[in-house]
Amino acid sequence: MPKPEILDPQGKAVAGALPRLGFGQFASVRQGKRFELEVDGPVTDEILAAAREAGEHVLSNPVIEDVVAVYEDTQA
Amino acid sequence: MTRVGVVTFPGTLDDRDAARAVRLAGAEPVSLWHGDADLHGVDAVVLPGGFSYGDYLRAGAISRFAPVMGEIVDAANKGLPVLGICNGFQVLTEAHLLPGSMIKNDHLHFVCREQVLSVDNVDTAWTRDYTAGEHITIPLKNQDGQYVADEHTLDELEGEGRVVFRYQGWNPNGSRRGIAGISNAAGNVVGLMPHPEHAVEPGFGPDGAKGPRTGTDGLRFFTSVLTALVG
Repeated sequence: MPKPEILDPQGKAVAGALPRLGFGQFASVRQGKRFELEVDGPVTDEILAAAREAGEHVLSNPVIEDVVAVYEDTQA
Repeated sequence: MTRVGVVTFPGTLDDRDAARAVRLAGAEPVSLWHGDADLHGVDAVVLPGGFSYGDYLRAGAISRFAPVMGEIVDAANKGLPVLGICNGFQVLTEAHLLPGSMIKNDHLHFVCREQVLSVDNVDTAWTRDYTAGEHITIPLKNQDGQYVADEHTLDELEGEGRVVFRYQGWNPNGSRRGIAGISNAAGNVVGLMPHPEHAVEPGFGPDGAKGPRTGTDGLRFFTSVLTALVG
C-alpha cells in the first residue's frame, strides 16, 4: 500500500467517482497492489518468509510503500 | 580520450541524445547494454531517461536488477562518476545509490517545459564547471517526477549540501523542498529529473539569451565530468 502521507492519485480518482455512482458512504479511498506468487508444492514458513522478503525488497519500495499482509491462499 | 558509458535498458528513450551530449563535450560515448554485466572500462556512466520496462512495478524498479546495474553499483561505490537523468535518477534511487524516491507529479499531469534550476553544489563530478547558485534552463519532461523522502533524509541532504539542483520560479511536480537533483555523499553519483542532454547544441536546445533554441546550459554536466576525471 502507498504510505498514508504519499499522494495516491488512483485512490483519489476512485474516491471522486464513487459518489457519482451512488456510493456516497466512503470518505476516502486508497489503492494498493496485490501480488500472487505461486509455488510448486506446499507453502512452508521458509517460502512465506521469502515472499515477505521479496515483498519488502523488490515488490515494494519502503520509501513510499508498506507491505501490509503476506499470507497463504490455497483457493487461487 | 575519456570514455563515458551510456546505458540502454528496454524502454530507454534518451540514450542517443546522452551519447551526443558526451560527444559534444569532447569525450567518447560507449553504448552499454542492460543485459551485459561489463562496463567495458568506461571512465564514467550516464543512465539516461525514458520508460525502462514500461515503468512496471515502479519507475526504475526492474532496471535496478539488470546485470549491468550490479557492475555500476560496485563501481559507483568505488568512485566511478554516475549521472542519472529522469528515469536514470529513478533507477539510482531504486538501486539505493541515492536516497528517496519519485512519485507521480502532484498535479497528476505529464509535464514538458523549459525549466529553470539553480545549481547549488558545484563540487560534484557532474557540476564543477558551473558556478555556485547559477541559474540554468534545461528541458523537464516527466510524469513521476515528484521527489519524496522522509524529513530526516531531507534534513541530512540539505545539511550535507547534497541538494545539487533546486527548481526555481515554479515547483513543477510538488517535489519536497523544491529538489530537482541530489548527489551521494562522495559527490560522484548525481541524479536529477530535468534533462541536461537536451540542451547541449545551439539550434536544438531551449530558448537562450542569444535567441530561440540557443540554450546550451546542459553541456557543462558533460564537460564537468571530464574536468573531474582529468583533475
